[in-house]
Amino acid sequence: MDLTLSPTAQALAYLASAILFIFALKGLTHPSTARRGNLFGMLGMAIAIGATLGGAEVQGYWLIGIAGAIGAVIGIVVALRIQMTAMPQLVAALHSFVGLAAVLVAIGTFINRAQAGTLNALLMGELSAGIVIGAITFTGSVIAFAKLQGIMSGAPIKFIGQHWLNALIALTTIALAVHFASTGSWVSLVLMTLLAFALGGTLIIPIGGADMPVIISMLNSYSGWAAAATGFTLHNNLLIIVGALVGFSGAILSFIMCRAMNRSIINVVFGGFGSDSSGGDSAGAVAAEKGVKSASVEDAVYWMEDANRVIVVPGYGMAVAQAQHALKEMMELLQARDVEVKFAIHPVAGRMPGHMNVLLAEADIPYDQVLEMDEINPDFPSTDVVLVVGANDVVNPAAKEDKTSPIYGMPILDAGKAHQVYFLKRSMRPGYSGVDNLLFYKDNTSLIFGDAKDTIEGMVSALKGGGH
Amino acid sequence: MPESILALYVFVLACFIGYYVVWGVTPSLHTPLVALTNAISGIVLVGALLVTGLEEAGIGASLIGFIAVLLASINVFGGFLVTHRMLSMFKKKQKKG
Repeated sequence: MDLTLSPTAQALAYLASAILFIFALKGLTHPSTARRGNLFGMLGMAIAIGATLGGAEVQGYWLIGIAGAIGAVIGIVVALRIQMTAMPQLVAALHSFVGLAAVLVAIGTFINRAQAGTLNALLMGELSAGIVIGAITFTGSVIAFAKLQGIMSGAPIKFIGQHWLNALIALTTIALAVHFASTGSWVSLVLMTLLAFALGGTLIIPIGGADMPVIISMLNSYSGWAAAATGFTLHNNLLIIVGALVGFSGAILSFIMCRAMNRSIINVVFGGFGSDSSGGDSAGAVAAEKGVKSASVEDAVYWMEDANRVIVVPGYGMAVAQAQHALKEMMELLQARDVEVKFAIHPVAGRMPGHMNVLLAEADIPYDQVLEMDEINPDFPSTDVVLVVGANDVVNPAAKEDKTSPIYGMPILDAGKAHQVYFLKRSMRPGYSGVDNLLFYKDNTSLIFGDAKDTIEGMVSALKGGGH
Repeated sequence: MPESILALYVFVLACFIGYYVVWGVTPSLHTPLVALTNAISGIVLVGALLVTGLEEAGIGASLIGFIAVLLASINVFGGFLVTHRMLSMFKKKQKKG
């Protein structure tokens, strides 16, 4: 019995799969439909794989079975074990795999087609696009991973003539691609691939750690374009559709992240923001000069207990301190005293888009108490206490008041408009932008120094002990 | 219409779908969105299967395809599972009872 799918049946299966992927993305419009969306995605992928394996082109199954099984085990184990705080690193690593896989598929296709004698200039041009985009995605993601994991310093690496060097590498890569497409030269292919790998690295190293949400989104986008380019070489519409969906999704996220920082994508990619390491010392010196108020845990608890509303502004520092679970306990104790507790999320808080929301969700904090910037800003003036946990630039009024500030024009959370603001801080170091925070010096602001988790646990025990 | 132009049509129209669908995504789900799109871009697995499974594939292409299948599988399985894990955490406030 012949179980091979006809090309028509395969094409229809691919169409069904593409539709399921669109529904998958659509599902993420709301938390209540998101899980169903993910299931649609899985189903779409299963159909795509099934239709490919069942088609006439795939004849050997042994290698596929072994490689697929190894990959599945690694993927499942990593997905089950990964900590939510390490999500940005995981995503960067996964992006690198897509990039490398796209490069390998393109080279493998070239070898197969060369053997069959069915190469042509258009195909080789498409192959070049797949290889170049895939290679940039790969090394770019590896660098992003190294920065996020702390293997590499998050500080931007800049040197004179950097942009010229990048331009030179890019132009040489394109020239080699043209030469490869017209001649099929192996030497050009190899050189082009190596240069594209190098370009992925040199493009990412000047971008600083605070711009990671943009980088992650950009690499997400690249991984989609890489899949689309692979689709062009294989004349596979499913890959083209899916690649375009993912590519655009990443591009939109990059745009949203840039807008949230009031910076252009060009500025992020070439800017090397917050590179001035001496900024830390000078801001600290200024702080000492001007004098900031420091407060104790008990002070903050005293005000929070009797408050009508408390808003928590989490930032990357909350993730580093793993303070989200303690925050949840604090939230419950305050709610038991009829205090309304909300969480305010700036779009670029953390190291990837939506990073804070996932960490709060992990701590079982209901998503309807977690609000976006535009939703919550009107609430600050009528809020008794704001607790800033490991965030900094996103509440800095310099963005509104100081025209000379590098962050001027960036939309911020209006934390300063609340009656009392408590900053949970390790030290007087400024945020990643290297900009001093004007909010520290306002009359209604106090700083509580120490590890965020310890401080909040202190608040929890004070709340437990000192009930009314 | 030549095949590559048809492919271009598909590509451009799919970009529009991506544009309209993704703008509707709520900011609180941006991390799961990145994880899910990442899992979906594991669709290069299809390309990897085609390279590896070709009857005439030589040892070089088979080896390259083998690694590509492995990498893309990590993406597919890891990506969907981790998205599922994340989305399971998003809960609404329970009614006080």
